Amino acid sequence: MVTGFPCFPTLEMRGVSKRFGAVQALCDVDLEVFPGEVVGLVGENGAGKSTLIKCIAGIFPIDTGEIRFEGQMVHIRTPKDANRLGIQTVYQDLALCDNLDVVANLFLGRELAGTIPINEEVMERRAIEVLEGLSITLPNVRSEIKALSGGQRQSVAISRAVIWNSKLVILDEPTAALGYSQAQQVLELIRRLRKQGLAVILVNHNLEEIFQVVDRVSVLRLGRNNGVFSIKNTTREQVLKAITGADYGMETIMRTAAPQEDLE
Amino acid sequence: MTYFQKDIFNTPPPGIPKPAKKSDRVSRLDLGSFPIVIGLLIIWGIFQMANDKFLSPVNLTNLMFQISALGTIAVGAVLVLLIGEVDLSAGILSGLSAAVMAVLNVKAGFPGPVAVLVGLLSGLLIGLFHGFWITRFRIPSFIVTLAGQIGWTGALLSVLGNTGTVNLRDPFILGLAGTFLKRDVPNGEILGWALGGVFVAGFVINLVLERRRRLKAGLMANSINNILFKSLVISAIVFGALFIMNADRGIPSSLIFFIGSVIFVDFLTKRTVFGRHIYAVGGNAEAAYRASINVNVVRIAVFGLASTLAAFGGILAASRLLAVNQSSGGSDLLLNVIAAAVIGGTSLFGGRGSAWSALLGALIIGSISNGMDLLALPSPIKVMITGAVLLSAVTIESISRHRREAVGR
Repeated sequence: MVTGFPCFPTLEMRGVSKRFGAVQALCDVDLEVFPGEVVGLVGENGAGKSTLIKCIAGIFPIDTGEIRFEGQMVHIRTPKDANRLGIQTVYQDLALCDNLDVVANLFLGRELAGTIPINEEVMERRAIEVLEGLSITLPNVRSEIKALSGGQRQSVAISRAVIWNSKLVILDEPTAALGYSQAQQVLELIRRLRKQGLAVILVNHNLEEIFQVVDRVSVLRLGRNNGVFSIKNTTREQVLKAITGADYGMETIMRTAAPQEDLE
Repeated sequence: MTYFQKDIFNTPPPGIPKPAKKSDRVSRLDLGSFPIVIGLLIIWGIFQMANDKFLSPVNLTNLMFQISALGTIAVGAVLVLLIGEVDLSAGILSGLSAAVMAVLNVKAGFPGPVAVLVGLLSGLLIGLFHGFWITRFRIPSFIVTLAGQIGWTGALLSVLGNTGTVNLRDPFILGLAGTFLKRDVPNGEILGWALGGVFVAGFVINLVLERRRRLKAGLMANSINNILFKSLVISAIVFGALFIMNADRGIPSSLIFFIGSVIFVDFLTKRTVFGRHIYAVGGNAEAAYRASINVNVVRIAVFGLASTLAAFGGILAASRLLAVNQSSGGSDLLLNVIAAAVIGGTSLFGGRGSAWSALLGALIIGSISNGMDLLALPSPIKVMITGAVLLSAVTIESISRHRREAVGR
């Protein structure tokens, strides 16, 4: 937690459970994220990471437990509820329209139209400001998404999540499809989000990247909390043990925790 | 070993850049609708050589008169293609709505304007019904509209009744398509020039205002020279076409309705929030849904609007042909409509295209049909040639799309 924020966590989940038929996907899970903090969410495939972020994003309503947002009890039942609170999620598949330009994608679904004609100039101006604020360089805000690189697309998707004064941004494996240098750019972008005072939840399989950028890491195992670590006084080994839940030798652990495709 | 050494020495030393691939640079250029215009000019050149009456004012005015109905239906087809769907009932709906109008007017004695309005309304309702069915039951649009094409053919036959043909006499209905400004309207020639002037002025003012707004917002804007060049090209095309038509009977009213539909849909798709959502749904419906766009409402509205345009086109066709009969909206009309939209540059795969492609495509399809009529070619050959043109246009579109994707990486 960054000091200087008086206050409540941006998001506080207590005893959250979620069941799909016979499968207990989440059991009594706690999670806290403070403003200006990046929390890594790690765990093996099927540990409940995706379910948890979908609960926060309003795609799956929770069965039991409570969610507080900036100290207030809230009920998040639909994606709209989450958006209204200032929660934005960037999924792995980015959900951009390839055939539209950067500006159109940033404002998709929330176009500015004071009068009948769509207000292109104000949107473009605002898009440039937001991209500059995050130090994102694109060839042209009017180029189609199709013409951008994977890292640039990821940056556009993240910018779209923060353009609406969001308070909490959830990033689902933002670097999974990227090469090393593009992944570094995205991590740099995450640091800038923190600097702007946003709360960030980062789902990632790559512990190297987790250790580069997060403040705390929260481990899920078999749908339950299995430890929250402050990154400063934690080793990778400790986190790996929490992820796998076993006392393997280091070599085995590294192999088990290697990035895999998320099967959920 | 000598062979091996020789090979090593022939390898160029590092540091010398590889020659740039030519295809890279060529496909990077966005030519827009330029190739289609060139294609149109080639087609005109060929027919003019085969028959020197092809490019006469009389025939070109006829051409404009002939393509208006097809083009208006194609504007609707563009809308449906933009959301990544297809409407196979557009042809028969144009016939059905025209039949509704004709029967109401001729057999039931309703006044012309009322009959026309009810005809348009029938198209709107059927389109909304198709859209509802497609979205409610998640059935591919081509199945629903194929069922529609078959079912509404029966409706057309039953509306027309025993006689099978309804001849139109109402002056309002006949005047919809068949009023030639110079021939039929006092001072119509001047009126035609005025309409062209308003169109060109609107085009120029739009560009100038856009430039001013962008500069005011501190954004890059079109240069004055660029605006001047575009304005000159548009003026030349518009006033050139007016000059030719005024050398004959003047602008046919059906063309005014057609161009009006194009301008309306172009504004709707390019300048409104609804239009932006149309492109979004066609580009990535899942992304549109997650951006809280009501995808199903967009789809239903597009089918409703497209079928209304189909109905309007059918009414214009009936007005031009002075009758509605059992083959109205049938035969190769649907093929020509979709061909026009696609040849004009609207993608079959959704999310790319513009209302103006209906004009360009209708001009190409219409010119081929008109030219072959002048040469008195038999209709089987006409249909085969039209099919071949459609196939080559879609092939060109697909190739250029793959190139764009390859370069876009």
